[in-house]
Amino acid sequence: MIEIRGLHKRFGKNIVLDGIELVVPRGKNTVVIGGSGTGKSVLIKCVVGLLRADEGEILIDGEDATKMDERELVRIRRKFGMLFQGSALFDSMNVGENVAFSLRRLHLYPERQIRDVVEEKLAMVGLRDIQHLMPAELSGGMKKRVGLARAIAAEPEILLYDEPTTGLDPIMADVINDLIISLRELLGVTSISITHDMASAYKIADQIAMLYKGKIVEVGTPEEIRNTRNPVVSQFVEGRAEGPITAEHEEFVRFVRRSGETGTQGGR
Amino acid sequence: MTDNRKRNGVTAFLETFGTRVFRMVEDLGNLFVFLLQCLTWMFRPPSEIRNIVKQMEEVGVNSLPVVLVTATFTGMVLALQSWSGFQRFQATSFVGTVVALSITRELGPVFAGLMVSGRVGASMAAELGTMKVTEQIDALVTLATNPVKYLVVPRVVASTLVLPVLVVFADLVGVLGGYFVSVYLLGANPYVYADKTYQYLEFRDIYTGLVKAAVFGFLIALISCYNGFIAQGGAEGVGRATTKAVVASSMTVLVSDYFMTSYMF
Repeated sequence: MIEIRGLHKRFGKNIVLDGIELVVPRGKNTVVIGGSGTGKSVLIKCVVGLLRADEGEILIDGEDATKMDERELVRIRRKFGMLFQGSALFDSMNVGENVAFSLRRLHLYPERQIRDVVEEKLAMVGLRDIQHLMPAELSGGMKKRVGLARAIAAEPEILLYDEPTTGLDPIMADVINDLIISLRELLGVTSISITHDMASAYKIADQIAMLYKGKIVEVGTPEEIRNTRNPVVSQFVEGRAEGPITAEHEEFVRFVRRSGETGTQGGR
Repeated sequence: MTDNRKRNGVTAFLETFGTRVFRMVEDLGNLFVFLLQCLTWMFRPPSEIRNIVKQMEEVGVNSLPVVLVTATFTGMVLALQSWSGFQRFQATSFVGTVVALSITRELGPVFAGLMVSGRVGASMAAELGTMKVTEQIDALVTLATNPVKYLVVPRVVASTLVLPVLVVFADLVGVLGGYFVSVYLLGANPYVYADKTYQYLEFRDIYTGLVKAAVFGFLIALISCYNGFIAQGGAEGVGRATTKAVVASSMTVLVSDYFMTSYMF
C-alpha cells in the first residue's frame, strides 16, 4: 500500500504539487487523471524517488521514502517497476538484453536461464521470438509491450504506468489496457497509472483520482467519477471545451497577454 | 512600471552579466557535486569491468587513427619550422632535440586531448544526452542501477587510462615524423639527428606528458558526461549539450595544461 500525505513539489517559482493526499490500496489499479502539464508525471516520479519531494510523506508499506538516503532508496525501488511514456528502451541493446537488464544487474537467475526467463516475460505481454530485434525496429505498441516486459521482469510489487496508451492507435491502446488488467490479476500487483485517456481510465481503474492545480480534487470508483457533481472533474471526464478549467485557463491567458502589453510599454 | 523606465543600459548590462556569472558559478558547483558522485561510485563494488573495457575500446581504438595523423603532422611541421629558425644561427643539429621535447612535453598530450575532446567528448555528451531526454536514464534508476555508476564511471575510468596510451603512440609517431622530414626533406644527418633526439630527452619529459594526458582524459569524460546528464528539451537540448561539452572540454584541456606545466616544470 502506498500512502501519500501532504506532498509538495515545486520547480523554481512554479508550484507543481501543492499538498497531494492519496491512498493507493494494495492489489488495485489507481488511475490519476488530469490535464497535460498538471504534474501527473512529477507525482509518480516522486513516488519512485526519481524526484525528491520538497515536503510531505510517501509511505510505501509503512516506510517513508522521502526521508531515505540513496542506499535505502535503491532497496525500496526494487519493489517498483515503471513503464515510461516513450517506453525508454535502451537503444544500444536488443530486446532480450533490455528485458534481461534488471535480471542480470540483480543476478536473479544464472546466465544460462536468462534467455528462457526473458521469453516467458515477453510471452506475458503477448510477444515472442523478438529477442534479437533492436528497439528501433519495433512499432510503438511493441515498444510499450517490451517496456512493460522489462518493468515486470524483476517481479515488482508495484507498477507505475506513465501514460500507457498515449500515442497508440485505439486497438493497440486497448491491448495495453487488457495487459494492465491481466497483470493485476495474474501478479496481484498494486499499480498507479497516469493518463488523460478517459476510455483507458474507466477500463483499467479500480479507483480514479483527479489531479488539478497541484491537489487531488476528487477520488472515487470509475462509476462515482462518471457521475461526479464536481464541475472541474465533470468537465474533464466529459471532455467539454467549456467549463471551469478552460474559463480559468482563458482568464490566465488574458492575464498574461495584459501583463505582456504593459511589459513592452515599460520597456520603451 | 516606473522601475522599468528607470532601467538604463548600464543596469541592464550588469543584470545580464550578473546572471551569466551566477549561472556559471551554479554550473561549476553542480559539476563539483557530479565529480563527488562519480568518485564515490567509482570505488563501490561491484566494479563495471565489462563496461570499462567496452569504453576503452570506444575511446582508445577508435581515436587512435585521428591521434596518429595529428601527431605525425605536428612532428613534421615542427621540424620544418624549427629548421627554418635554427638555420639562422647554424644550430640545425638541435632540431631533433626541440621536436622531441615539444612533442613529449606539450604537443603530444595537448593535441591528443583536443582530438579526444572533439571525438569522444561529443559522442559521450550526445549519447548520454539522448538517454536523458528519452528517459532512459530514469529507466536505469527504476531497474536497480545507479546511472552514474553504470554510465559515467566506466567512461571516466576508461578515458583516464586510455589517453596516456594514445599519447605514447602520439609521441612516437610525432618524433618519427620530425625525423623523416629532417632527414629526407631537409638533408639532416640521420645519426646526428637521432643522437640529439635521444641525448637531451629525459624520462621526466615523457612521464609528465603522460600524467597530463591522464588528467585530460579524466576531465574530458567528466565534463562531457555532465553535459549529457543535464541535457533537456529534446533534440535541440542534446545538440546544445554536445556543443557545450566539446567547447568546455577543449578549453579545460588548454587551461589545465598551463597549470600542470607551471606546477610540474
